[in-house]
Amino acid sequence: MTAPHDEDIKQYVISVKVENRFGVLARVAGLFSARGYNIDSLAVSATEQEDVSVMTIVVRGNDRVIEQVKKQLNKLIDVIKVSDHSDMPTVERELVLVKVNAPPNKRPEIYQLGEIFRADIADISQKTITLGVKGDPDQVQNFIELLKPYGIKELMRTGRVSLLKE
Amino acid sequence: MFGYPGGVVIPIFHALHNAPFKFILTRHEQGAVHAADGYARASGKVGVVIATSGPGATNCVTGIATAHLDSVPLVVFTGQVTRQQIGNDAFQEVDSTGITRPITKHNYLVQDIKDLAGIIKEAFYIASTGRPGPVLIDVPVDISKGEHKFAYPDTVHIRSYKPVYEGHPGQIKKACQLIETSKRPVIYAGGGVVISNASKELREFVMKTQIPVTTTLLGLGVYPETDRLALEMLGMHGTYYANHAVNESDLLIAVGARFDDRVTGKISDFIPNAKVIHIDIDPASVSKTVPVDVPIVGDCRRVLTQMIEQIKAPKIDEWLAEIDRLKREHPLTYERNGDDRIKPQFVVEEIYRQTKGDAIICTEVGQNQMWAAQFYKYTQPRTFISSGGLGTMGYGFPAAIGAQLARPDKRVIDIAGDGSIQMNIQELIVAVQHRLPVIIAILNNGFLGMVRQWQQLFFDRRYSHTCIDFAPDFVKLAEAYGAEGIRIKTYDEVAPALQKALAITDRPIILDFIVSREENVYPMVPAGQSFKEIIMREMLA
Repeated sequence: MTAPHDEDIKQYVISVKVENRFGVLARVAGLFSARGYNIDSLAVSATEQEDVSVMTIVVRGNDRVIEQVKKQLNKLIDVIKVSDHSDMPTVERELVLVKVNAPPNKRPEIYQLGEIFRADIADISQKTITLGVKGDPDQVQNFIELLKPYGIKELMRTGRVSLLKE
Repeated sequence: MFGYPGGVVIPIFHALHNAPFKFILTRHEQGAVHAADGYARASGKVGVVIATSGPGATNCVTGIATAHLDSVPLVVFTGQVTRQQIGNDAFQEVDSTGITRPITKHNYLVQDIKDLAGIIKEAFYIASTGRPGPVLIDVPVDISKGEHKFAYPDTVHIRSYKPVYEGHPGQIKKACQLIETSKRPVIYAGGGVVISNASKELREFVMKTQIPVTTTLLGLGVYPETDRLALEMLGMHGTYYANHAVNESDLLIAVGARFDDRVTGKISDFIPNAKVIHIDIDPASVSKTVPVDVPIVGDCRRVLTQMIEQIKAPKIDEWLAEIDRLKREHPLTYERNGDDRIKPQFVVEEIYRQTKGDAIICTEVGQNQMWAAQFYKYTQPRTFISSGGLGTMGYGFPAAIGAQLARPDKRVIDIAGDGSIQMNIQELIVAVQHRLPVIIAILNNGFLGMVRQWQQLFFDRRYSHTCIDFAPDFVKLAEAYGAEGIRIKTYDEVAPALQKALAITDRPIILDFIVSREENVYPMVPAGQSFKEIIMREMLA
């Protein structure tokens, strides 16, 4: 999960606007993997412009290496703009789906928890409930922590998307 | 254009059969890429290569990486299996764009024949502008078999690619002020000066400021090494005075150079008292390893021109006197006696004497490369051609073929080792076929000399697998190919052999110089150490 041989590791959120073409994702991801950096999350999506995609990359590393990666990203021909959202005022959202053990006697608690986080009940089975929550990444993380005691069977997060505030 | 045919590029070769330009069939795809690279470095033009899919493409990889590390403009076409077959492990299929992604400036997989002309136009534009580099175009065979109305675009517009050429005026002013008040400035000029054709401007700048100049390996020739202000090469095997001057400087002016580890040694001890001005077209090179006080992103030639307009000379007489003294006291030397065999440095010096410094010198990699850099005095740009960044053995000879094709008016000499030359010797037939009088000067010591030197100095003299005196007869080999071959064993034979080689103008010549077995390259700053740890020849005597 972490970058090798480093002390001042922190988390960075980098937003990259790219040409909407095949191969771009591999180029971008390659700059991280070549340095032994693991991407914590990556969300790729369409934007308001049809031919532009945006990637929100969450990665841990140190300043020096991330600075170099940003410059290298800028050098990629298909990259239009790189912005570092790490220390900027942003709005961020993420979606999580959690399939949690839910014996009948625990269901009311789980429903209650879900209500607090405005979760969707996405699916119910004999033994489990699947809930969906969207929110900022901290909220999502809190929700997951609170569900852990019930036994999480499966979990999936979309990775965050991040926009700079006006 | 250089290349090698194969299954999926037959349609392209079908068209090449009566092409209005010269096609050079090398005997290995690696040779084709190095030859195109040598052509590009000698001429400043884009080198072009074509190879087939699969092994054709993978054989290109070393050549492409070599060009990438040294910022050489190439366009490499590879064939690919049909679009329908891609991803099915078809015969001779590899993911060529995937493999070359980290070693190209950009690459393309052509998906639609209507994009082909535009992609080719873009590829040449990207390869040759900004910080140049290799671009690969992977062409599926069903596309090269297809037909489409030819429409070559006049212009290229890539919204996300706009290299900055002009230096920021504010930064230039700041840089000039720093220079004018400096007491011990040094210019550190690299391959970027060659690429941007800024040698003339650099000389003008030095004429105005009188600041001494050291160059990197790839910068050799941008400033005449015969001049009083020339410190020659710096770094691991640089001159004592270049390394000393840089280390003692209060201002280092980097022009088109990237603070490679072979230059800086241990970063924390590098230039302890100097401020740094860094002129480079690639923003990613600035502050990458060494913090920079005044970064100037731009083309070396434009930025130097901007600076020449306003710069005033600093007062550095004392500094120059110190440098004169250093140059006098610590010249590059070698011990000529003490061994029956010829010293390799003597061979390089004799090549310099006989060509009067007017040849294009290509090198392989290792001791031969360092002696070629040290003992030949370069006075013009594009006369020293060598794999600096990747350090590719086997580069020099095919590059010499490319350089000779680009510059038929010049003598081209590959200074080689007996190890490196065997890595692409198959291209000898190409030089014979095209009557190219490339001279291959093998400094034959029966060792992979640079590794042996490290084994001697740092690995208890354990010469593990570096002895290669079980070797072919290079003279007979030359004859077998239809080239000229001469073996030289004594000092007396060196000059006549070179004279004879230089008189031949219609075929390649191998000069097999049997040189001192265990000669080392000095000075040497051991890898990862600082200038203070420099090993001088005298210290060992």
